[in-house]
Amino acid sequence: MSQSVQYRIGISRIVRVITIVLAFACILPLFAILFYIIKAGITRVNWSFLVNVPKPVGEKGGGIANALLGTFLIIIVASLIAIPVGIMCGVFLSENRKSRLAYWSRLCVDILQGVPSIVIGIIAYFWLVKPLGGFSALSGSVALAIMMLPIVIRSTEETLKLLPDSLKEAAFALGMPFHRVILKVIVPCGISGILSGVMLSIARVAGETAPLLFTAFGNPYLSANITKPMQSLPLLIFNYATSPYNDWHDLAWGASVILLVFVLLLNISTKLITKRWKVQL
Amino acid sequence: MESTIVKSVDYNAYFGDNHVVKNVNISIPRNHVIAVMGPSGCGKTTFLRGINRMHELIPNATANGQILLNNEDVMQMHPIFVRLKIGMVFQRPNPFPNLSIYDNVIAGYKLNGISLARMDRDRIVEESLSKVALWKEVKDSLTKKGTFLSGGQQQKLCIARAVAMQPEVLLFDEPTSALDPISTSSVEELFHDLKKNYTLIIVTHNMQQAARVSDQTAFFYLGELVEFDDTKKMFTNPKDKRTQNYITGRFS
Repeated sequence: MSQSVQYRIGISRIVRVITIVLAFACILPLFAILFYIIKAGITRVNWSFLVNVPKPVGEKGGGIANALLGTFLIIIVASLIAIPVGIMCGVFLSENRKSRLAYWSRLCVDILQGVPSIVIGIIAYFWLVKPLGGFSALSGSVALAIMMLPIVIRSTEETLKLLPDSLKEAAFALGMPFHRVILKVIVPCGISGILSGVMLSIARVAGETAPLLFTAFGNPYLSANITKPMQSLPLLIFNYATSPYNDWHDLAWGASVILLVFVLLLNISTKLITKRWKVQL
Repeated sequence: MESTIVKSVDYNAYFGDNHVVKNVNISIPRNHVIAVMGPSGCGKTTFLRGINRMHELIPNATANGQILLNNEDVMQMHPIFVRLKIGMVFQRPNPFPNLSIYDNVIAGYKLNGISLARMDRDRIVEESLSKVALWKEVKDSLTKKGTFLSGGQQQKLCIARAVAMQPEVLLFDEPTSALDPISTSSVEELFHDLKKNYTLIIVTHNMQQAARVSDQTAFFYLGELVEFDDTKKMFTNPKDKRTQNYITGRFS
């Protein structure tokens, strides 16, 4: 009897150790990536790296100012497209849980989430780049916006579903029209969840390369014109890392550090915002 | 002769094919407290929500007949106007969690985009909170969130929010069923004060409460209005057998 208890205690210990080891195994790759990229790229990162454009082959120095500006502009325009559409769609899905249109939209959103990013890039190429007659940052933004949509929509929907109906009834009972109930009560009460969805979607697309390959295309010079080709961090990393020059490889490592830090900061601030702005129900 | 403020004529309400309120005819006198009681599922809440057209917010819910407010049919009016004239307080306190106590009171103006001068706003907030006997308790914490208050205080805040819109009728849907006994009695005391300015219609499944607070009582059973009479008379000498059975506790 006591032997079998001993045996079970032993098993229990082993299982506990295994879970701890596996939990560490999960975070190990992240730290390995962080360590390796920072080690390879941190020497290049300084102020002039952030404010200068890349130098031609053979010249020392140069930076990634064009890619930084490009990434920010492309993401801002993509957000301007994806956030209003995504939130509205999320509101619709949470308000009309049982309607047939909502069922099909939800299904489409889920499928859209699974569409490979390169396919979205090709679609943007045929819809925008070809008709408009040239590569442009705008077409890249549209491609990224399409990728952001499912994340914004689903996070908005899931957040708003959790709000009690009594809140909506309170607003309706005060004689508020539907659009005000949504804009002044429902969305503000779910703002932390909606914002975290938005930030996660930005973090998700910030590193996307494939949809930008045949849309924003890349540009070795500083450009703020969204109707023209524009450089971005992932594109710069892709182009420079596949080049035969050591200088350019270093530049790509430096850019990787910046991109990584940007995405990490977005993720961490998402956590903080969710905590800080959470509306206590 | 008392004047009638709300009158329903052959009012029917449905959820899909389910006929929940059957042919209700009732005349509710001004500045009285009316209790609506009956066993669960008898349609009392549905009837109440029909008065300010909240019933039809539920998918598949329909209604027909007339609900007259000062001889105007609310079924023909836009629901938004109806709800501005007929305030409502719910079973669970539901202050807006994103707004301060102050903003919760004027939520009807603020969220509807009606702009008020600072002075009017302050006056409405103080008056409304005084009417619900909450002003003294919260006057130093007006900027705190509405959900910071206790359950009973939150419910009073919700009443203040409805009162602030200066409606003619206030509907209460089991307003004390989520409150503790002390909060319940303090909310009940309010009804007495509020009836000077408003007509109160209170749904309750608590017979003692109906007896304590109301001037008239309506008894609903299986979707029908069985009896509507002075509360005292109804509790001592009901006309209908079903009312008598309910009051004496033969079914609940």
